[in-house]
Amino acid sequence: MNDKVDVLIIGSGASGAAVAYSLADTKMRILCLEQGDWVKPTDYPTNGRDWEARLFADFAINPNRRARETDYPINNGTSPVQVVNFNGVGGSTIMYTAHYPRLHPSDFRVRTLDGVADDWPVDYETLEPFFAENDRMMGVSGLAGDPAYPLHHPPMPPLPLGKSGQAFGRALNKLGWHWWPSDSAIATTEYDGRAACINLGHCTPGCAQGAKASTDITYWPAAIRAGVELRTRACVREITVDADGLATGAIYYDADGKEHFQPAEMVIVACNGIGTPRLMLNSQSGKFPNGIANSSGLVGKNLMFHPFALTYGYVDEPLDGNKGPPLNLWSQEFYETDLARGFVRGYTLQLHRGTGSIVEAIASTAAGRLPWGEDHHKVYRRLLGHRLGMSTITEDLPEEHNRVTLDPVLKDSHGIPAPRIHYTMGENTRKMMDHGIARSKDILAAAGATDIGGEAPILNGGWHLMGTARMGTDPARSVVNEWGRCHDVKNLFIVDGSIWVTSGGVNPTSTIQALALYIADSIKKHLGDGTLFE
Amino acid sequence: MSTLPLTDAEARDLRALAGVMIPASDTYKVPGADDEAIFADILKSLDRDTADVRTALAHLAKLAGGAFADLAPDRRRDVAATFKQEGGAPLGALNRVVLLCYYRDDRVMRSLGQEPRSPFPKGHVVEQGDWSLLDPVKKRAPMWRRTS
Ligand SMILES: Cc1cc2nc3c(=O)[nH]c(=O)nc-3n(C[C@H](O)[C@H](O)[C@H](O)COP(=O)(O)OP(=O)(O)OC[C@H]3O[C@@H](n4cnc5c(N)ncnc54)[C@H](O)[C@@H]3O)c2cc1C
Ligand code: SF4
Repeated sequence: MNDKVDVLIIGSGASGAAVAYSLADTKMRILCLEQGDWVKPTDYPTNGRDWEARLFADFAINPNRRARETDYPINNGTSPVQVVNFNGVGGSTIMYTAHYPRLHPSDFRVRTLDGVADDWPVDYETLEPFFAENDRMMGVSGLAGDPAYPLHHPPMPPLPLGKSGQAFGRALNKLGWHWWPSDSAIATTEYDGRAACINLGHCTPGCAQGAKASTDITYWPAAIRAGVELRTRACVREITVDADGLATGAIYYDADGKEHFQPAEMVIVACNGIGTPRLMLNSQSGKFPNGIANSSGLVGKNLMFHPFALTYGYVDEPLDGNKGPPLNLWSQEFYETDLARGFVRGYTLQLHRGTGSIVEAIASTAAGRLPWGEDHHKVYRRLLGHRLGMSTITEDLPEEHNRVTLDPVLKDSHGIPAPRIHYTMGENTRKMMDHGIARSKDILAAAGATDIGGEAPILNGGWHLMGTARMGTDPARSVVNEWGRCHDVKNLFIVDGSIWVTSGGVNPTSTIQALALYIADSIKKHLGDGTLFE
Repeated sequence: MSTLPLTDAEARDLRALAGVMIPASDTYKVPGADDEAIFADILKSLDRDTADVRTALAHLAKLAGGAFADLAPDRRRDVAATFKQEGGAPLGALNRVVLLCYYRDDRVMRSLGQEPRSPFPKGHVVEQGDWSLLDPVKKRAPMWRRTS
């Protein structure tokens, strides 16, 4: 049997890395189990000529397509949005686009302000120091002074506007609408031993330059230097409990499929909004026949995705194409509730730079815009490098029927039941999306774009995974309390996107990590006054 | 040239179809997708799309009433047009492989004004742009809702 550790973290992604780093200064014995591998900078697609092709192969964002040995399959059922992720050290930050907005103060108060869903048991002010600490650790670029946010100061200057950014800026100014350089977890200067972005333009499937802040190159080196152990190729099957219902550790499989038990004083789950409910539902015992810490019945329920709508068109002037990080601006003109729009809450418009030449050809052929035959060449030359696109990131409200369950048939390579997704888009989200598409078309018209196209919702757009083990003060209506501890199991914590009460309308990772740092800080405070497991 | 993982007949049809999809062009001085080097790359790159491509080619042969490659050019175009309408997801996979290989060919990339190289380590230059465009937004009052 393995030696007992003080803290066992499961999952090494955005939140697992942040919590490991923060707890390291307690000098407790901390171990993180991660089912995937380290990714080497030389593994990333931009090292080779086949960089765009690998987006459809070993660096595909959809794990069912990528199908690495370290991935688990997902049954997406009839969901119009499919789950995308990465399993390895750094988790989905290996694949994320590093667009890094925070939730807004109003996002934590949706019941009070708008009468829907629930308020969070924490607020923006409480998280503010953790946002700042996380920005410093990840290395965030941006511009202070955005009127859509409380004042904060990203540590590095913003990404360049480029041709696409200027085209957007002119169009949005014509309409009198808000836009601002995004907070991005991308180094625009040398930062903490990391090189600056050289505009490879392919951030999503990993940054060979090391400019994009995935947690394998930000938090993990610091956590490991501080004494945390990270064990890769350790796929956790279940969290175990004793007769009192306290977590005792976890059972996992190593790369050879050998089963191990890892005992621990406390367990922290950081497997993301799908992996966490899957693990909890798989952790059945006499004490918890429906999955660990699930007396509320809410483990797996209230799945929120942020359904995305992509809208784009083509302008005459040349744009940046795939040069530079794909996302560098946002508009939050329609973020805060205005009931005159016919829906409650709001959305971000994420403004895109462009696509690579192959992705343009594939997307335009699929859309019927790019013909076969002699005309192919002429049309393609008009499209390539002229695409102006944006995404509507809708706030998805929690609905219990949107959920993760265990698939009765599908299993991973270790025989562990795979997750199954049950998801339909709510009426409010649908109306919000239609509004976002209409406003996107207004922007494209103001920019002089033609040949308008889109995808709504984006099928492979389940990148934001939230709500499946929600936070709250009432044990009957939530899984974890206001500082991430399970109501039912006093030495079990959850720190990933599962604990979100509502989704807001922004990319979540900055807030996921700020919450993980806040929970780590709360653990340290309760450790200090002896109330950690009370 | 080995046609594996396809049979000779499948490979012949695929090559003929690739030539219909993206023909060589004197105007743009580019080869077609049926060019020998590009087609060899296509065969090598079928990978996880092999099954879909085979399904698509079987559908194509059915529409052609035999070997698509044996049809006269006009008839090929007609059958290809029907196939484009009816091909569904398997055709999507076939299309993707053809485009992936075509647009990474050195000759094609040069004709598009691109350098035939991997993005790393040289990267690209992106201009800063005119930041004064942001001035009107900077003048806006705070838009976020206060909660206390
Ligand atoms: C293509 C793509 C683009 C994205 N773009 C953005 C963006 O621009 N901005 C943004 O904010 N967010 C973006 N995201 C989302 C972002 O990556 C996630 O919000 C973030 O990584 C979630 O953090 P997490 O800690 O909850 O989980 P993850 O980072 O997903 O980490 C979970 C980890 O747990 C491990 N794990 C799971 N189950 C087990 C098990 N049973 N045993 C052992 N280990 C396990 C996994 O291998 C993984 O490493 C994107 C995601 C993708 C896939
Ligand atoms: S654009 Fe910048 S951040 Fe993105 S992959 Fe290239 S170097 Fe990395």
